[in-house]
Amino acid sequence: MAIIEDQRPLELTTGHDPVAPEAPSPLGVFARPKANTGWRSWVNTVDHKKIGIMYGVASFFFLLVGGFEALLIRLQLSVPGNQLLSADLYNQVFTMHGVTMVFMVIMPMASAFANYLIPLQIGARDVSFPRMNALSLWIWLAGAIFFNSSWLLGGGADGGWFNYAPNAGVTFSPGTGIDFYAIGLLIMGIGSTVSAVNLTVTVLNMRAPGMTLMKMPVFTWMNFVVQVLLVFALPVITVALLLLTLDRMFGAAFFDASKGGDPFLWEHLFWIFGHPEVYIMVLPAFGMVSEIIPVFSRKPIFGYPFMVGSGIAIGFMGWGVWAHHMFASGMGQLSVLAFSLSTLFIAVPTGVKILNWMATMYGGRIKFSVPMLFSIGLVGMFTIGGLSGVTHAFAPADTQQTDTYYIVAHFHYVLFGGALLGMMGGLYFWWPKMFGHFLGERTGKWHFWLMLVGFNLTFGPMHILGLQGMMRRTYTYTSVQGFSMWNMVSTIGAFIIALSLLTFMGNVVFSYRKHRKNPVNPGADPWDARSLEWMIPSPTPEYNFAEIPVVEEFDEFWHRKYGHDENGRLVRIAKTEDVVESSDPVTVHLPSPSYWPLVLALGMPLVGYGLIFNLWWAVPGVILIVAGIYGWVMEPSTDPDAGHGHDDHHGEPDEPEATELAAPETVEAELVSASAGSTGVTAEEGDSK
Amino acid sequence: MSDLAYESLEDVEFPDDIHTTSTGISNEKLGMWVYLASDCLLFGGMISTYLIYKNRPGEIAGLSGNTHKVSEYFDIPFTSMTSFILLMSSLTMVLAVNSVIRGDLTRLRLWLTSTAVLGGLFLGGQIYEFTNFVVNDGLGFTSNVASSSFFALTGLHGVHVVVGVIMLLSMLAISFGTRIRAEAVEVVGLYWHFVDIVWVLIFTIVYLIP
Repeated sequence: MAIIEDQRPLELTTGHDPVAPEAPSPLGVFARPKANTGWRSWVNTVDHKKIGIMYGVASFFFLLVGGFEALLIRLQLSVPGNQLLSADLYNQVFTMHGVTMVFMVIMPMASAFANYLIPLQIGARDVSFPRMNALSLWIWLAGAIFFNSSWLLGGGADGGWFNYAPNAGVTFSPGTGIDFYAIGLLIMGIGSTVSAVNLTVTVLNMRAPGMTLMKMPVFTWMNFVVQVLLVFALPVITVALLLLTLDRMFGAAFFDASKGGDPFLWEHLFWIFGHPEVYIMVLPAFGMVSEIIPVFSRKPIFGYPFMVGSGIAIGFMGWGVWAHHMFASGMGQLSVLAFSLSTLFIAVPTGVKILNWMATMYGGRIKFSVPMLFSIGLVGMFTIGGLSGVTHAFAPADTQQTDTYYIVAHFHYVLFGGALLGMMGGLYFWWPKMFGHFLGERTGKWHFWLMLVGFNLTFGPMHILGLQGMMRRTYTYTSVQGFSMWNMVSTIGAFIIALSLLTFMGNVVFSYRKHRKNPVNPGADPWDARSLEWMIPSPTPEYNFAEIPVVEEFDEFWHRKYGHDENGRLVRIAKTEDVVESSDPVTVHLPSPSYWPLVLALGMPLVGYGLIFNLWWAVPGVILIVAGIYGWVMEPSTDPDAGHGHDDHHGEPDEPEATELAAPETVEAELVSASAGSTGVTAEEGDSK
Repeated sequence: MSDLAYESLEDVEFPDDIHTTSTGISNEKLGMWVYLASDCLLFGGMISTYLIYKNRPGEIAGLSGNTHKVSEYFDIPFTSMTSFILLMSSLTMVLAVNSVIRGDLTRLRLWLTSTAVLGGLFLGGQIYEFTNFVVNDGLGFTSNVASSSFFALTGLHGVHVVVGVIMLLSMLAISFGTRIRAEAVEVVGLYWHFVDIVWVLIFTIVYLIP
């Protein structure tokens, strides 16, 4: 809406009145933000790249928070009969660890990549709703901080990340922790819904000419599947959380069996969301690996349509397996049988992906760079997690494994070994594109091997512990149970993972310093890669593409560089320097920064505190939200006062049509003028959430 | 006199975005469709909750509260009337969209106002109905799980109507100050029709099916 394509030049040079129009500040309160540097440029930004980087930084911060909680858990369990944490505190720590890792690390880190890369991979200048993009970041961040503030305000949630009733009820959890859980997740859910709508529309609507759906890179495809899953999964957890809030704060009894409610309803609602959520977390990493492996094998992805199709199949089938989390709940033989079968079936598309990655590597000229190492790590580790997952599909076995460390081992192999390893690979792969310098290769290898070894030491023994019968969510064990040795090994492994994260942070700092001292630009295409984002300079210019590319084939950029000779052998047909973009844009029209998303988002946690502590707190929150929405409506998505190019702020009017048409006395009219897009609509959408 | 510029009229037939979006549907409209798809599951979850609980009020003597179902007190003729009012508001919404496409701002304002008023009447009916349940029949939100789920479901729908009315009134206000985009009204219309359709479902499932 805010991005005017090159194909429609702005007719800057043809006769319009060169007098700049008066640009009234929106509502006369705030001047339109203009900063291009410093913290202001980040706070106001609507640029998908800056938003992506902020998602990344914030999720990494929460990775450290959640990792610290994990270390506390492991320390507590390192020796039998440990009294480091009380049972109550232990409940809070593992709950906060789980929720933090799921909703504040894996999901937003995937969002970071999705935000940064989807527009680049489909050849767009930004997402379809740039301000809504900023809104989803700020709402998510506000919700995450709100949720974690529970540590300081009476203790964290203590019901496990899936927070089963009746434990989640006021009777068994009288503190405010679960209230923070419910409202924090509701707030983050609003942010995720906004972002899911935004990215779905972006993928459907903002593709470059010629970029048909089946020419999109696999990463974009997988993220598209994820966004659609989010669109449909989030309202289900929203219902569950609303009912929980009504139970805890307004005296209803939806999940209270003693008053006629049904704790089962929570389990069903939670897992109808929760199982698609598993794929929401892992598919983005699958997408990244599907980008990295072809590049470092120098072969196209094997079976692209099957790669895409299996992703879609996973997305669909993910809706039909939720009750395999509930085999031990006594829901009846028929249900157990049906969900056993569907769970076995969903292993098929996942297996297709793994075999396709291996077939991509087969016969390729593999280069074991750090991103590739992480990708191979994902393929291996996720396969282990997938296989232990298949063992859960057999209900009799699963009844034995339920609530043991075997389950903990399984989902860490899937989410750490799958999602996190993939995203670490993604960081190394796209770092030069994002920041204009490489991460250290040697340190990166240390990082990878430490992480792989630490990960296997931590979670591998949990298979054994679980099969021996060690229960999860129990704060200690006795020395006669025979769990001591593997628990100690697991704790040592956890500290090795911590060390690997420190290595990564050191890598970030030192590679940046090295770059400062001796700047060497990696060039547009440091890996000899395949998709569109490598066609533009590194770091990505603010306007992404000076000229929107016209796409003819899948792996367009690769096909511009390479062709085949008569024997079918790969030959270079053009030098990379000749293919990458170098032209300087003059008519690029970028969406203008805005305060309003931040204002709107700030109101949300205030309403949350109001609901929990004192309704008066909600008043400023509601005022901020309403002000945010109406400020947003009254503000054109593109500042009439902003310039055109990335650096030419020469104050010419952006909207010649509006200037010509609007009578002088209806200056306000320009605020929601035709070419400024339907700002009203965008905001109304926010309104309706 | 029309405040709509000629260019905007042209945009109605050939919206700008057709040239710039891959699907040919504008971002705003597609975004609203995607959001409404998401909203379907919100109501789906709430309707399921009601269906699970509607027949189990006061099952556990002395513990689970009031033994009456909320459905015992439904006033079907009254609710049919408010449902009819809400359905008619869809008609006026269509007329509003039609007026803005023709550039007829006077009629746009008339139909926007009527839609908002009809929505308000529906809300008034809902408030009357709720009050009736609470005051005359003694069935409040916390009386039993059946009434909790009834109030939660119809309340959620009511909140959607309130948001819709606010959007309609905002559109009305915008139509006085600025040149309003036909598509903005159309997108609000999408939302409004969705809320109506959901009510048709709720009315059928909750009120009509015993």
